[in-house]
Amino acid sequence: MSQEGSATAVQANSNEFVDDWSADRQTFHVPWGKAMMWIFLLSDTFIFTSFLVGYGHDRISTAAVWPNASEVFSLVIFGQNMPLILIAIMTFVLITSSGTMAMAVNYGYRGNRSRAAALMLITAAFGAIFVGMQAFEWTKLIQEGVRPWENPFGAEQFGATFFMVTGFHGLHVSAGVIYLVIVAKKVLRGDYERGPRGGNYEIVEITGLYWHFVDLVWVFIFAFFYLW
Amino acid sequence: MATDSQQHPLKIYFLIWGLLFLFSAFSYATDFINDGYLRWGLILLFMFLKAGFIIAIFMHMAWERVALIWAILGPPVLLLFLIGFMVYEGEYTEMTRIDAFTAPPEPVGLEHH
Repeated sequence: MSQEGSATAVQANSNEFVDDWSADRQTFHVPWGKAMMWIFLLSDTFIFTSFLVGYGHDRISTAAVWPNASEVFSLVIFGQNMPLILIAIMTFVLITSSGTMAMAVNYGYRGNRSRAAALMLITAAFGAIFVGMQAFEWTKLIQEGVRPWENPFGAEQFGATFFMVTGFHGLHVSAGVIYLVIVAKKVLRGDYERGPRGGNYEIVEITGLYWHFVDLVWVFIFAFFYLW
Repeated sequence: MATDSQQHPLKIYFLIWGLLFLFSAFSYATDFINDGYLRWGLILLFMFLKAGFIIAIFMHMAWERVALIWAILGPPVLLLFLIGFMVYEGEYTEMTRIDAFTAPPEPVGLEHH
């Protein structure tokens, strides 16, 4: 884009911004459910950031040695020691589920109910696999003696922050699986065909916003908790 | 653009999907880099790229009106202050812990005047 073109685009954007906020009418020209989901996700951003900042503060302030994540989260597969392998697989599972969710939104707006519902159920299945692998990871660490107050690898704060951060994220994934299954069932049953706004599948996009957010949070947990 | 439904060709989703896979593989690969700054630079780079693509394309933020974009992406800027304060505070706490709870090292080869 030329310099002049981008300046015009900025001008158009700021005009639109001022118009939307000063029109004494509805500010956000999106379905109310979508605006509310975004505002919920904004509040959730603050909660997750508080957890991650709390973790970061604990880790910075402790004088003890922090456990090495790539050793703690390694698995021995076929006699090979694989650092962080489970976390890598969990990451790919979650990204895959984000892709199927994006496709579900697309088919929802096309009015292809059965395909949208099927893709949402596939997304939920990937989410359930993710939670299952997290349960496996927790079990392994608990068997190795990791507790919220102590662990055999180093700083005591490790267990507390690990269970708190990944547990809160896992709860979000679990809630998302239930949410997806409920909405998929309603889509399949044709609930959204009825009423004055019938045939509108923005609900799939709203559900998708929540699901992508869960994936988004995992991006930050992956970087700050597992790779640091 | 705004009240229209968020209907986009599937192609762009597949492209972003592929990129997310690629960046995840790259950030996993950083585990094998020993240089601290390079490793950290790459981890943060891939993290922000992944987060940006998820928000912009999968969550359709790139096609929303500016009023919504600012309302949602503006407030988290405040969190940068929280992060900054807590890093500063955390380093101070660590210093006082080392100061108070660990024995001072014996001076070696120092003459007392």
